[in-house]
Amino acid sequence: MKPIVYREIEGRSAGYLALLGVLGVLIALGLGSAYYMEHHGHIVTGMTNQIVWGMPHVFAVFLIVAASGALNVASIGSVFGKTMYKPMGPLSALLALALLAGGLTILLLDLGRPDRLIVAATTYNFKSIFAWNVILYSGFFGIVGVYLWMQMDKLMYKFAKPAGFAAFIWRLILTTGTGSIFGFLVARAFYDSAMLAPMFVVMSFSYGLAIFILVLMASYSWSGRPLGDAVVNRLKNLQGVFIAGALYFVVVFHLTNLYFTKHHGVEHFILVGGGGITTLFWLGQVILGSLVPLAMVYHPKLGKSRTAIAVACVLVVLGGLAQMYVTIIGGQAYPLVLFPGYQESSSFFDGVVHPYSPSLPEILLGIGGFAVAMIMVAVGVKVLRFLPDSLDNHAVDPHAK
Amino acid sequence: MSEQEKQTTIENEGRRGFVAAGVAAAAGLAIAPGVTLLDVAHARPADQPASSKNRWGLLIDSTKCKTGCNDCVNACFTENAIKQGDKETDSQWIRKVELKDLRTGHTASLPMMCQHCAHPPCVDVCPTGASFKRADGIVLVDRHICIGCRYCMMACPYKARSFVHEELHDQNPDVPRGMGCVEACTLCVHKIDRGDGTTACAQACKEGAILFGDLNDPESEISKRLATYASTEVRADLRLDTGVRYQGI
Amino acid sequence: MRIPTIKTMGTWLASLAVVLAVGVSSLAIADGGAKSAKEKAMLEGVKGDKCVMPTEDMRRNHMKYLKHHRDETMHQGIRTTQFSLKGCVECHASPKNNSVIGTNDNFCQGCHAYAAVKLDCFECHSTKPKANAAFHPIAGQAPGLAADMRKDMAAAPQTNAAGAAQ
Repeated sequence: MKPIVYREIEGRSAGYLALLGVLGVLIALGLGSAYYMEHHGHIVTGMTNQIVWGMPHVFAVFLIVAASGALNVASIGSVFGKTMYKPMGPLSALLALALLAGGLTILLLDLGRPDRLIVAATTYNFKSIFAWNVILYSGFFGIVGVYLWMQMDKLMYKFAKPAGFAAFIWRLILTTGTGSIFGFLVARAFYDSAMLAPMFVVMSFSYGLAIFILVLMASYSWSGRPLGDAVVNRLKNLQGVFIAGALYFVVVFHLTNLYFTKHHGVEHFILVGGGGITTLFWLGQVILGSLVPLAMVYHPKLGKSRTAIAVACVLVVLGGLAQMYVTIIGGQAYPLVLFPGYQESSSFFDGVVHPYSPSLPEILLGIGGFAVAMIMVAVGVKVLRFLPDSLDNHAVDPHAK
Repeated sequence: MSEQEKQTTIENEGRRGFVAAGVAAAAGLAIAPGVTLLDVAHARPADQPASSKNRWGLLIDSTKCKTGCNDCVNACFTENAIKQGDKETDSQWIRKVELKDLRTGHTASLPMMCQHCAHPPCVDVCPTGASFKRADGIVLVDRHICIGCRYCMMACPYKARSFVHEELHDQNPDVPRGMGCVEACTLCVHKIDRGDGTTACAQACKEGAILFGDLNDPESEISKRLATYASTEVRADLRLDTGVRYQGI
Repeated sequence: MRIPTIKTMGTWLASLAVVLAVGVSSLAIADGGAKSAKEKAMLEGVKGDKCVMPTEDMRRNHMKYLKHHRDETMHQGIRTTQFSLKGCVECHASPKNNSVIGTNDNFCQGCHAYAAVKLDCFECHSTKPKANAAFHPIAGQAPGLAADMRKDMAAAPQTNAAGAAQ
């Protein structure tokens, strides 16, 4: 087996520059939106005192969850010793860092006082799971950064396994923390569940891998490097397992809620009576985001088509955004129950479902965060040797036919 | 109250401009040992920190609270210089909630505000510690370190908090508030600290449905009423030990 | 780790010198401002004959006093008046617009604009004195916060200053 050769992409083609240009415009729009929101206040967004977290959080939490999932390919190589995954380790770690950076950018720019970033970074309340997440995110950058170095420096490669192990453990804790941001909200019927943390972990496997497959296929196809079926097949089969795993958790989550009478109201809202939320759950998250891509990757014919695999991955990403919308917006739209058994009404919208229509700046900020992540990957693979020259069947597996 | 303490109290009465000078002097002079007028009982020297010997709270009797009456709400908005609006982005520190039991038809009306929990979820979740509980049980937002993440609003079981969505003008000098931060009922902390011994909502209620007092003082009226009559916390299942308690629901 | 060479040390020293030079010159500007009667006349809104601390001290340290006091007031409910922002506004609001900000002639804004330092207090804090004490002809006899502050200062200026400097 020939040693794997990593090389920067040339990065001079019109296509590459156009990609950077498009991403640059999206980032500029995102930053412009953030400035607009900060200047006028959140009054220009669709967020209210009822729906306090909106579209920026849908994108940000999705990207943060996907970030830890994107690291899985590297972990499978380093921690579980699967040779085929090792060459993709550096790209996997780069993508993980980029997605986290993109997600955090959104989160920070949505703050009411982003100028007080220094306060968020220096003042901690250690009982807050949110503060813990700040530490987990910073730690993720540090640990995955070191892990990348171990993977890419020949002299340090012997430490890649322990570094990979540390990164793997850290990412599990990180997603547990992200899930717990919602899971620890005891007052809200849809969030008060320990199921959220493990569910977010399994979802991160799925979302992260889907983005990884898309980035991998795009960079190999656009840079004209060979990408063999052995790699793609292995990855898409794994994707199928992760989709099924995430779906399993969704089913168990709702079944537990349905067993508790006090949660019937919110479950009825999400599953049956929530209008747009309900449609998004069934059509977006379950059918298009889970069942269809699951069928596609395992379909005897479609499962062999690169286009079909790419479409399946895009569906997983869109389904993931739908899931975040249902979780974050749906969970808030259902009114808080202050007096169980009573019908409540007030000038502050007690007892009624809270409407939410995301404004353009919010969506642009979210997409801007996505673009931040993608531009980091695009620039990263040009300036450093992240991508193996070849990932054809013989390069990754000498016994491949 | 020792002689020296009393002296300090009276001295500080004069130092602080919260009541017209004559009234303050009269109040100070009128005190005989053992007789505590409201303002002296609650007055704390300006240079002394709030103490955990007190726990300020409210007892709300929903049987006295009238449907459609909004006096407490209006008083709160006036006191704290909040522009009253009906938009979903408008701040509401206090609101009247109308309740109807769908099985029995029983109805009730009551004001709902920050419940000043002993174990406040908003304080637990705040990443920077901006949301905090003062020694005397008042839950506040330190706007100097609030970054506007709104996690406390997600965590509050009472929907008591509001986020300031727009630039504000003409604040009450005693009640600073501004865009990009979260805010809520302060239990009129500025009034408590200057020794008013009540809140704007309690003062405004003609029916006497809102009683302000020190839950830690067994001799206070609120403690006596709580000891005599049944009362409840909203979302008592969460065991937050609220400083605001209700009768008649 | 590399041992610093003469050259790198030289660079360090040079940058240190630059930092010091900038620092000293900015102090010089502040002192110069203190002496210039023109500067003083520029800002509107100065009631009474003296501030809660000597003017020189206030010019340089008012932000420290305010911040210390802010944390004590916010978290512990200590409401002494000497370093209360409300007190600043009470004395320094301009007779023209009854505010400390609004134009570059106003007391807070004027100096902050001159020194190019962002002023973050008044997004939340009122820029105007409390209505009953406003426009009082003789500040020294105003029955409001300003009068209390004077009493406070007369009573224990030393203790308060020491407390605030902690």
